[in-house]
Amino acid sequence: MDLLNIFQLYWWAVVSLLGALLVFLLFVQGGQTLLYSTAKSDIQKRLLVSALGHKWEITFTTLVTFGGAAFASFPLFYSTSFGGAYWLWLLILFLFVIQAVSYEYRDKKCNLFGKKTYDIFLFLNGMFGTILLGVAVGTLFSGGAYYMDKLNIVTYNNPTVSYWANDWMGLDAIANPFNLLLGITVFFAARTLGLLFVMSSFNPTLYEGKIGEQVLNDSYKPLVTRAKSQLMTSGTAFVLLFVVFLVVLFLRTGFSVDPSNGMIAPVKYKYFLNMIQLVWPLIVLLIGVVLVLTGLLFALFDKKDHFIARNAFYFAGGGVVLAVWAVLICAAFNNTAYFPSTVSVQDSLTLYNSSSSLFTLRVMSFVSIAVPFVLWYIIYVWRKMRGVNGGY
Amino acid sequence: MQMILSTLVDASRGQFALTAMYHWLFVPLTLGLGFIVAIMETMYYRHYKKNPSEENQEALFWKKTAKFWSTIFAINFAIGVATGIILEFEFGTNWSNYSWFVGDIFGAPLAIEGIFAFFLESTFFAVMYFGWNKVSRKFHLISTWLTAIGANLSAVWILVANAWMQYPVGVHFNPDTARSEMIDFWSIVFSPVAINKFFHTVTSAFMLSAVVVIGISAWYLWKRREKVFAMKSIKVASIFGLIAALLLAFSGDKSAYVVSHTQPMKLAVMEGLYHGENGAALSVIGLPNPKKTLSNSEDPFLFNIKIPKMLSLMANRDANSFVPGIYDILDGGYLYNHIDGRVIKTASFEDKVISGKVAIKSLDLYKKALSIGENEKADVLSSILAQNFNNFGYGYLDSREQLVPPVQLCYFSFRIMVLLGGYFILFFILFLYFIKKNNINRFFLVVAIISVPLVYICSQCGWIVAEVGRQPWTIQNLLPVQAAVSGVSAGNVYITLTIFFVLFTSLLVAELMIMFAQIRKGPKLTE
Repeated sequence: MDLLNIFQLYWWAVVSLLGALLVFLLFVQGGQTLLYSTAKSDIQKRLLVSALGHKWEITFTTLVTFGGAAFASFPLFYSTSFGGAYWLWLLILFLFVIQAVSYEYRDKKCNLFGKKTYDIFLFLNGMFGTILLGVAVGTLFSGGAYYMDKLNIVTYNNPTVSYWANDWMGLDAIANPFNLLLGITVFFAARTLGLLFVMSSFNPTLYEGKIGEQVLNDSYKPLVTRAKSQLMTSGTAFVLLFVVFLVVLFLRTGFSVDPSNGMIAPVKYKYFLNMIQLVWPLIVLLIGVVLVLTGLLFALFDKKDHFIARNAFYFAGGGVVLAVWAVLICAAFNNTAYFPSTVSVQDSLTLYNSSSSLFTLRVMSFVSIAVPFVLWYIIYVWRKMRGVNGGY
Repeated sequence: MQMILSTLVDASRGQFALTAMYHWLFVPLTLGLGFIVAIMETMYYRHYKKNPSEENQEALFWKKTAKFWSTIFAINFAIGVATGIILEFEFGTNWSNYSWFVGDIFGAPLAIEGIFAFFLESTFFAVMYFGWNKVSRKFHLISTWLTAIGANLSAVWILVANAWMQYPVGVHFNPDTARSEMIDFWSIVFSPVAINKFFHTVTSAFMLSAVVVIGISAWYLWKRREKVFAMKSIKVASIFGLIAALLLAFSGDKSAYVVSHTQPMKLAVMEGLYHGENGAALSVIGLPNPKKTLSNSEDPFLFNIKIPKMLSLMANRDANSFVPGIYDILDGGYLYNHIDGRVIKTASFEDKVISGKVAIKSLDLYKKALSIGENEKADVLSSILAQNFNNFGYGYLDSREQLVPPVQLCYFSFRIMVLLGGYFILFFILFLYFIKKNNINRFFLVVAIISVPLVYICSQCGWIVAEVGRQPWTIQNLLPVQAAVSGVSAGNVYITLTIFFVLFTSLLVAELMIMFAQIRKGPKLTE
């Protein structure tokens, strides 16, 4: 294995980690789906929105950085998937644009559409933004209907390197049951994390004075109680769907690439084989699952205010990061073609044929050393801001 | 095929231009206002440190002032972020070939921007906006500065990427992967185009923010409200704005020089200069003849008022030097000083097209030779490709008209930008003078309010010159727009273009209504 291969693996691991962090941070989106069923009164909505309002930019920025990192390290994926599954990505964009403005605008006077509209925007982003992101991730396994030939660049009149093979331009990816299964799983993961976040951000000491107490007793406590009772259904749905997804994934036929000549061939149970041949993703996956289950069980059944129950959000969130990371690793490691072409198998993308040059990957690897520092200051600031209730 | 492709290119360019122009309505204000708020909050912090009491009126004043302007910042921030992500994704959705061809170079700054700048900005923005009275004064002040710095750092990297498209340095073409690959990171970051573009863009944003602050303050004075707040805000903004405007003029002058030595066609089009000359004159104001085409002999101008020798002086720092016109660039044959110091005997458009087609064809044959194991032949082809690579993009062109950007649009945009830029230098000096006299004539209050839309027009015109003026190139000389576009159908792009137009326009209206409501509410100094 030469240096370029090592960097290709490293960057797949980094982009996957960003993707995994993104799924965790989708708790903001999950929280937005609680706007009607959990936060019923205006004050409860306000409490929910202000709790999520400190965090949405981080989720958004992670999505941007995920895109940037994918662009820089695997530009052929960026061009083939974005330029091909056009509607899938544009729908995701529309759903995130309406989110970005809603936190800022919903409580402002003269906001043109009224608070209710911005709440609907937040809900749509929470519901469909998560599902469609899950669908997009699903295509890493289920693939896409595209043709790709780098040598098209030598045709003067028609030099486009990749084409989608049908007119649905990514809408077909949304109709694919496997992608939808993952999409709905991501949605329930986000919603479950959103519920846990609402429960964990509950801090009674912030509500002083007569009005504070009233808000606490009439609005906040009922909100948290309702969140807890909804956690049962949402958490169960998430865990069951994830298990079903894993089973379907492991039974799936994947595509392996021969690194010596780039030839691609179908392999039965490819993703399962990746897990057991590489071993470490399997361990990461299992740790992730244990953390999620521990977090959920303590959040649901602990009565003694145990440390894990108080930090259930972080346990489950950390578990989601690990589990998603392990799954994404298996999409491309172990000589696997990720985002396989469903119409022309040999056109499929692999780490070897889709990455940037060694020079670029190396430059960016220096940059990636800063990531822990970025994480550190985000956590530092979050802790500092913990005592902030955003005004009620 | 050509017809369909050109519709697709138009739709994709339209969608990208729409997004970029909306993005640039919101972003420049946050770039400058971030620093203005940080300066004001520093005033608050220093006054408070002198006399740490809740009764300290001077401190309280600056706190409320900073807070007011930070709400204006916040209203623009969210929508700036929202339009920014679309631009990033549109590289992939609408310019997929481009993304693949140069992801190696262009993607890296974008990723660095995400990791270093965006997180800084968005993390500390939350503190700046929600943290008043909740975190310590010092931590809040630091957060405000970090938000401003983060916003401007974001600008660095995207402008480096943009500058690289205008002046593609630090790369070589790898025939094995059939794409451009980065070989020198620092030459990309510190290219003269990148440095100049950064200073010119960021100072323009500072100037815009200063004009907006003065305009809003003038409205209060017009309404006979918030006199102290308005006067002090005008003072901070005028100083900030004047420094910015002077740096802007300086970097603008440098821009003309850089453009002349990297993108001569852009300069020729900005000037409507068809026939080059020694000691070329600068057009101050004129009317380019709409009937003028490359193939007819109409006079390029209906009327034209010029300053003799000025264009040569701007372009080459030499009043008698030669500035090539559109025809000269197409015909070639003159000596051209490239920014990297080389003196090049230029080739004609037709020769460059042939050279480009040779480059493309040798790539094709190189691959074929390799696949049948003819390595020696492949080596020869690879060196032919390398010799002709500078003209690679010309291989996709076939008519002279394709190489000439729209003259009228560039000519007028450039003039509007420069004239307004000059006006704003006077504007800031004038308001500094008024502040010194502590009295602003009501007429000038109206002038200040009208200046707000003008500064946005000025700023947009700058980008029109930069981006329309480099057509047909996505990457100068290497990749024209028609070879950069995705394989989407034009119909799909028109639908998304329409959705974006409706979405952005309604969000802009909402944004403006919210901002006006916030301004009417005012800084609430008396509470």
